[in-house]
Amino acid sequence: MRELVIIGSGPAGYTAAIYAARADLSPLVLTSSVEMGGDLMKTTEVDNFPGFPEGVMGPDLMMGMQAQAERFGAELLFDDATAVDLSGPVKRITVGNGDVIEAKTVVLSMGSEYRRLGLADEARLSGFGVSWCATCDGAFFRNRTVAVVGGGDSAMEEATFLTKFADKVLLVHRSDQFRASPAMLNRAKADPKIEFVTNAAVTGILGADTVAGVTLAMSDGSSRTLDVDGLFIAVGSDPRTALIADQVTLTDTGNVWVDARSSRTSLDGVFAAGDIIDPTYRQAIVAAGSGAVAAMDAQHFLEASVH
Amino acid sequence: MSSARDVTDLTFEAEVLLNDKPVIVDFWAPWCGPCRAVSPILDAIAEAHADKIDIVKLNVDDFPDLAVQYNILNIPAMKVFRGGEVVKTVVGAKPRPALEQDLAEFLA
Repeated sequence: MRELVIIGSGPAGYTAAIYAARADLSPLVLTSSVEMGGDLMKTTEVDNFPGFPEGVMGPDLMMGMQAQAERFGAELLFDDATAVDLSGPVKRITVGNGDVIEAKTVVLSMGSEYRRLGLADEARLSGFGVSWCATCDGAFFRNRTVAVVGGGDSAMEEATFLTKFADKVLLVHRSDQFRASPAMLNRAKADPKIEFVTNAAVTGILGADTVAGVTLAMSDGSSRTLDVDGLFIAVGSDPRTALIADQVTLTDTGNVWVDARSSRTSLDGVFAAGDIIDPTYRQAIVAAGSGAVAAMDAQHFLEASVH
Repeated sequence: MSSARDVTDLTFEAEVLLNDKPVIVDFWAPWCGPCRAVSPILDAIAEAHADKIDIVKLNVDDFPDLAVQYNILNIPAMKVFRGGEVVKTVVGAKPRPALEQDLAEFLA
C-alpha cells in the first residue's frame, strides 16, 4: 500500500509531490493522461510567479516542477483517476488502465475546468471555431474576426492576445460592468482592434461545419447577430469535483471544503489543495503554497497514525 | 522513439493522400501542451493497430498552408484520411480509451 497518492499535476499537485517526496513518503502522482501539468500548460508567459524576474513560459514552469518532484523520488503515472473510494482507512483509486491503487492518504488537486455557456451547438462546434484557449488556437484565426465572451481578467487577456492574429476582436459581455482588473480592462479598451459589445448575452452559435456567427440577446430586448469565425469562451471555471463530490463535503461555491487554513477535508486521510479548494484567488503561486500545506498535513497524519 | 512518422508538404501526397490504408494525420505544434500529451497516446495506438492504419504527424508551424487547406482551428486535431478524403475529425487531447472509441471504425 502507498503512503500517499496525489491526484492532479498542476502547481498544487507537483508542489505536494516535491514536499512529500522529500519527506520520504514516495508519493505517486496521477497526472491525468492528457492534462498533465494543468492549466499552465496552455499559457505562454507567466510574469507573476516569484523567482523569475524575466517571466517564465507556463509549460516550462510545469516541466520544471515535474522534474523537481521526480528528482526527489516522486513517481508519476500519466493516467486518469476514474473512480475513488476514500471513506475508509484504505483509500482505493481506480485508474484508466483498470488498476486499483491503495493508499493511506490522498491529496485531491484536480484543479478546475472551464465553464461552458450551455448552448446547444457549443459541444458540436468545439474545436471547430469554439475554443476555451486563445493561446492554443488563436494562431488559426489569422486575419479573421473573432468574438470573446466574458468580463473578467481572462476574457481581457484572451481578447488582447487574439489581436496578434485576428483583424478584429469583439468582446461580448452580458453587462456593462466588468470583474476584470482596471489594468487589464483599460488595456483591452485602448486596443484599436478590440470592439466592446456590452449588455449582450450569447444565445446561439451559428455554423454548419465551423463557426460562422453568434446570436445575441441585448438587454434592451433586441437581438443581434455577429459574423465571426471563432468564439472564445472565458466565463470562468468550476472546481473539478465530479470524481469525489459524493464523498467529501463541498462548500456553497462547489469547492472541496477544508478545515480553516489546513488542507484537511471532511474525511480522515484525505487532503485537498489548489484551485479545487479556492473560490477566490486561483493563482499558480497560491496553489503551489496549498500543495505544500497538503503534503505536510498528510505527513503529520501518517506520523500520528503510527503512534 | 516515435512510431508515428512526421510528414511534410513534400511527403503529404504520397504518405497520406495516396496511402492504401486509412491514415490518421495528427496536426500539432511544439508549443501546444495538449499536443505533447496526446502524442505518446497516438504512438501507442499506431503500434497496436499497425495492420489497420497509419498514423503520421504534421507540424502546423512548419506547414501552415496545409493547416489552412484542411481548415484547422484547434490543435491537436486528428483527421482520418481514406482514399485522399477526410472521413473523420477528432479534436482535442483525450485519454486513450476515449480516442480509441472515437476512432473505433478504423481500428477494428
